Amino acid sequence: MHVSMSVNGREVSGDVEPRTLLVHYLRENLGLTGTHVGCDTGYCGACTVHVDGISTKSCTMLAVQAEGAEITTIEGLASNGELHPVQEGFWERHGLQCGFCTPGMIMQSAYLLAEDNNPDEDTIRHGLDGNLCRCTGYHNIVKAVQYAGARMRSEEPDAPDWEEEGT
Amino acid sequence: MDCEHPHHLDAALAALGDDPAATVLAGGTDVMVDLSFGQPHPVHVIALRRVVESAEWQEGRIGAGVTYRRLERGPPGALAQASRTVGSPQIRNTGTIGGNVATASPAGDTLPVIAACDAAIEVASRDGGVRVVSWADFFTGVKQTSLRPGELVTAIVFPDPMPAHHEFAKIGVRNAMVISMVSACVTRSEDGTTRVALGSVAPTPLRATAAEEMISAETNPGESALTEFSRLVSAAVRPITDHRGTESYRRHASGVLARRLLERCLRREPR
Ligand SMILES: Cc1cc2nc3c(=O)[nH]c(=O)nc-3n(C[C@H](O)[C@H](O)[C@H](O)COP(=O)(O)OP(=O)(O)OC[C@H]3O[C@@H](n4cnc5c(N)ncnc54)[C@H](O)[C@@H]3O)c2cc1C
Ligand code: FES
Ligand code: FES
Repeated sequence: MHVSMSVNGREVSGDVEPRTLLVHYLRENLGLTGTHVGCDTGYCGACTVHVDGISTKSCTMLAVQAEGAEITTIEGLASNGELHPVQEGFWERHGLQCGFCTPGMIMQSAYLLAEDNNPDEDTIRHGLDGNLCRCTGYHNIVKAVQYAGARMRSEEPDAPDWEEEGT
Repeated sequence: MDCEHPHHLDAALAALGDDPAATVLAGGTDVMVDLSFGQPHPVHVIALRRVVESAEWQEGRIGAGVTYRRLERGPPGALAQASRTVGSPQIRNTGTIGGNVATASPAGDTLPVIAACDAAIEVASRDGGVRVVSWADFFTGVKQTSLRPGELVTAIVFPDPMPAHHEFAKIGVRNAMVISMVSACVTRSEDGTTRVALGSVAPTPLRATAAEEMISAETNPGESALTEFSRLVSAAVRPITDHRGTESYRRHASGVLARRLLERCLRREPR
């Protein structure tokens, strides 16, 4: 079947097996391997992308269902060589260890901050309910999102934990 | 496999009329997971995401394609509460109430709300027209409904106005992304009429009618009435033991949860 959609601002089209999942289309047909597959069953969130601005697990969607949609993946978040505030936050606050969950975490965090750029810790944790991380224990992920929120509000982010403890 | 994307209900019903065995796909959060778990791949898919009528929501009539994302931001109360507990934000962004109803899992979180509010399921087919089926006739068993071949769920119809009070809660092994071990919805009207429905404790949503009758007669229930209410709810449920929880835990938790929700109804301002 033929599909066409916009991915990270670029019009793409091609023939796919109708049963191809969106995540496989992105990774295999378009080579956008930044979107990860952790479970294939909607649980881990590693495959999170934005479909028409709404965060979606791309393993629960067929490529052909995205016909005509605007997709944003982790590769499309930075603009003009500048990291997105969430990407910067994950960098500055060590929001990752192995990095497997990170593309999905960043896409979901960007979505939640687009809805509310000043969320409290509880809102951040609930907003990331559907994204599993086996490494970090989530603490630095929350800090990374808070950092990004501050940047998006044009405020100075809080000092990192490791400086607060003042050794 | 072939996939169609009708833009209107007529076209969707026509496609399903031509091939009643086709797989209907709404948000895909149940269907795609089944496929990934190795269910045979469907030959013909009818995707409803673009059907405009399906996303309509007027007062108590909620189109089958309305997502949890919209429901959780809708009028406060049991349905918004139930929607907020489904899956994760990404699942709520795509999963629909129609998909929840058509799946008819005993753990479907909107089901106790539908049952407690005595909502009806509107269904339609090309050849049979529109039918409005009471929830009790719609849910017939574990993942079984009275939907006929060629029929789609088109809307869930809630009473308008809703009861003055309606509260939902569920119990699972943790707070996030969890399938209910017990779920419950309690409604109470100004005249004291009380309804209590439970999920995950029987093949279909279950109403604890003896408990309802007893507590509806109490205008200002005190401790002993509340205790009796809780006992009657626990006595009414028919849970099983499975990997999520034991029969006896579910029985106990049903009574505790129903009582807690009733107390919220009694304490709060009308919705
Ligand atoms: C990670 C994860 C967590 C989840 N957590 C929960 C939870 O906490 N609580 C809960 O209740 N559910 C949960 N679910 C299950 C699922 O999200 C819900 O049941 C959801 O409502 C299904 O809706 P959908 O639009 O995605 O349906 P789909 O997957 O598209 O369809 C589901 C079924 O309904 C049929 N169908 C869909 N629409 C219609 C229609 N209009 N007419 C006729 N048939 C139709 C389909 O053919 C299919 O059989 C979870 C799923 C995942 C993947
Ligand atoms: S790969 Fe999609 S949720 Fe895990
Ligand atoms: S950083 Fe390894 S899974 Fe999250």
